[in-house]
Amino acid sequence: MDFALTTEHKMVQDMVRSFAEKEVRPIIPEYDERHEYPRELLPRMAELGIMGICIPVRYGGAGMDYISLGIVSEALEWADASVRETIAVHLALNALAVFQWGTEEQKQRFLVPLATGEKVGCYGLTEPAAGSDVAGLKSTARRDGDDYILNGEKMWITLADVADYMLVFAKTDPEKKHRGITAFMLERGMKGLTTGTIEKKMGVWASNTGWINMDDVRVPKENRIGEEGEGFKVAMSALDNARMTVAAGAAGTIRAVMELSIKYAHERQTFGQPIANYQLVQQMIAKMALNYDIATMLWQRSAWLKNQGVRNTRETSQAKWFATEAAWQAASDAVQIHGAYGFSSEYEVERYLRNAKGAVIYEGTTQIHELMQARYALGWRQDKPIRCELPAYDPDFWQE
Amino acid sequence: MRYLVCIKQTPDTAELPKVKPEEAASGELSIQQVVNPWDEHAIEAALQMAENFGGLASVISVGGEKAIEALRSALAMGCKDATLVENADADAWGVAALLAGAVNHMGDVNVVVTGQMTVDGNSGMVPVAVARKLDWPVLTGVAKVLNVSEDAVEVERVVGQARHTVKVKPPVVLSVIKEIGEPRYPTFINIRKAARVKIPVLSADDLGVTVPPPVVHLSNFRKPPARDAHVQLFDGPADEAAGALIDALLAEKVL
Ligand SMILES: Cc1cc2nc3c(=O)[nH]c(=O)nc-3n(C[C@H](O)[C@H](O)[C@H](O)COP(=O)(O)OP(=O)(O)OC[C@H]3O[C@@H](n4cnc5c(N)ncnc54)[C@H](O)[C@@H]3O)c2cc1C
Repeated sequence: MDFALTTEHKMVQDMVRSFAEKEVRPIIPEYDERHEYPRELLPRMAELGIMGICIPVRYGGAGMDYISLGIVSEALEWADASVRETIAVHLALNALAVFQWGTEEQKQRFLVPLATGEKVGCYGLTEPAAGSDVAGLKSTARRDGDDYILNGEKMWITLADVADYMLVFAKTDPEKKHRGITAFMLERGMKGLTTGTIEKKMGVWASNTGWINMDDVRVPKENRIGEEGEGFKVAMSALDNARMTVAAGAAGTIRAVMELSIKYAHERQTFGQPIANYQLVQQMIAKMALNYDIATMLWQRSAWLKNQGVRNTRETSQAKWFATEAAWQAASDAVQIHGAYGFSSEYEVERYLRNAKGAVIYEGTTQIHELMQARYALGWRQDKPIRCELPAYDPDFWQE
Repeated sequence: MRYLVCIKQTPDTAELPKVKPEEAASGELSIQQVVNPWDEHAIEAALQMAENFGGLASVISVGGEKAIEALRSALAMGCKDATLVENADADAWGVAALLAGAVNHMGDVNVVVTGQMTVDGNSGMVPVAVARKLDWPVLTGVAKVLNVSEDAVEVERVVGQARHTVKVKPPVVLSVIKEIGEPRYPTFINIRKAARVKIPVLSADDLGVTVPPPVVHLSNFRKPPARDAHVQLFDGPADEAAGALIDALLAEKVL
């Protein structure tokens, strides 16, 4: 049993925290205000190896493990959730799904450019009328010779207007529910494929969130990820991968708002003394500190299980559920500690609060995770092995 | 060409205010330690020289076990090898003796690179003292390295308001300033190597150095008293407020 990060992980943490501090957080407020995606960070993150941090070197990645992916997520969301979201969808939802389910040819074709950051990926599951109810999705994929013809609309898709490769899910058998879903990799430029940005959002203004429209998009069968009917499993396993990054990111939010709250509590005086002296203020800060540690232990357990190659749907769901709710609470308390200044966009805490609300909705709402956890606890849910598990981290294979 | 960067593990400046005088006197700090920020620029300088003019950059530190972390950071940034020299109870002159001993021990160092000073010691003496011990020339305030060859090292120095371009025959000691370049981030490949490598530890005996007994003794450690500052706001119509402000400035003899 060992709760400490290894020397290697500490060095990764130093490096990405320094990047987040020097190059990400300072530029965010302006992008956020302009509702603009900070594209300038993409080549920079690619250069540093962040875009493919946990992908084997042989596939263009940096060869680090899943704990490093969590460390990156925590550090980036400390700066802003929007940048962590990029890693979640590009790397965890798209690239890792190709790594897990793709053929060798697909890994060469899609994974390598994704891992090097030459191409950007996104993940299109949600539709205007199907979010939590994944099996109710309406997009269709009709077989036509060696191709499929895709029709439908995807909504609330992070990086919709930025991504080159879009992993989307559509029904090859609309009669069936889960078992009728198949995964496809769409490429920007395909005829009939259009994307757009949702302009009015409560938070993550510096993230690109949008829609994907598929109007008779012809997709070769070489772009099908997994078998026909396996799409639901591809989608859910990808969420297992990304929810860990959401949880780690939420820990980053807690760390950020806790730092801001502590600083402000020392500075702000009421009734002749710093507000840090009041126990009711202390209570909010104490909760942030406790929840940061719990969130950290939960995401690290999830990442550690991934390193071991052990199925972690239950543990990852716990981490995502707890950490995002704790971050939302922490950000709300941080605004409270800042009083009216917290309510002002001159101070950063309100941005963290707006962003934190997104995370209790995406990648499984809090309610969906509660239901899942209840089903595990009641013995109604057991995870069955899937055809392609996420490979356990093996430094020799990853770094060769 | 072999460049040897001398680095020190120092308190994180963000945490410096937490240091208690007793801790500082004993040298046993409980706060976060990092590579001396000035030395990160020295590492960057050595790596740039190795890239631009050929050769390789090595790194060395005089310190305790903790300094291994600093050395690993330098390796992660791209230095090829690292050496830790055990700290004997040494002042700047003693540290210089150990560093010079290590340079002689290595035998093939052409350029020693240091930062301008440390954030804890603040003396800026070590580069000059190392040069003195080695009987090499020293160039301080180096802002830019123009050329390095077997015959000449040419640099731009900042001296007060002026800039000198100076050429010396190596071997030489360079102490660099921030302008030399922003320290690069470590790469993941180097992090992996740096985390695994076993860093050799040498003692004064191994280097054949007799560390001179410290001549500098700090007799009093204390924190400066908190500044007595206050803020005064002038309300009311602009002309009245401005008048009151001018009166106050005159009273404080600012104007
Ligand atoms: C900022 C942002 C980024 C996103 N990025 C992506 C992306 O990149 N790709 C992608 O595919 N999607 C993305 N989404 C969509 C997100 O995953 C969905 O919004 C989410 O799954 C919830 O779906 P919904 O919005 O349709 O809500 P609904 O499913 O309609 O849920 C509405 C409410 O009902 C509750 N509810 C639903 N079913 C049940 C039930 N059975 N029992 C109890 N309560 C229930 C929910 O918890 C929620 O409170 C993003 C969303 C946001 C806000």
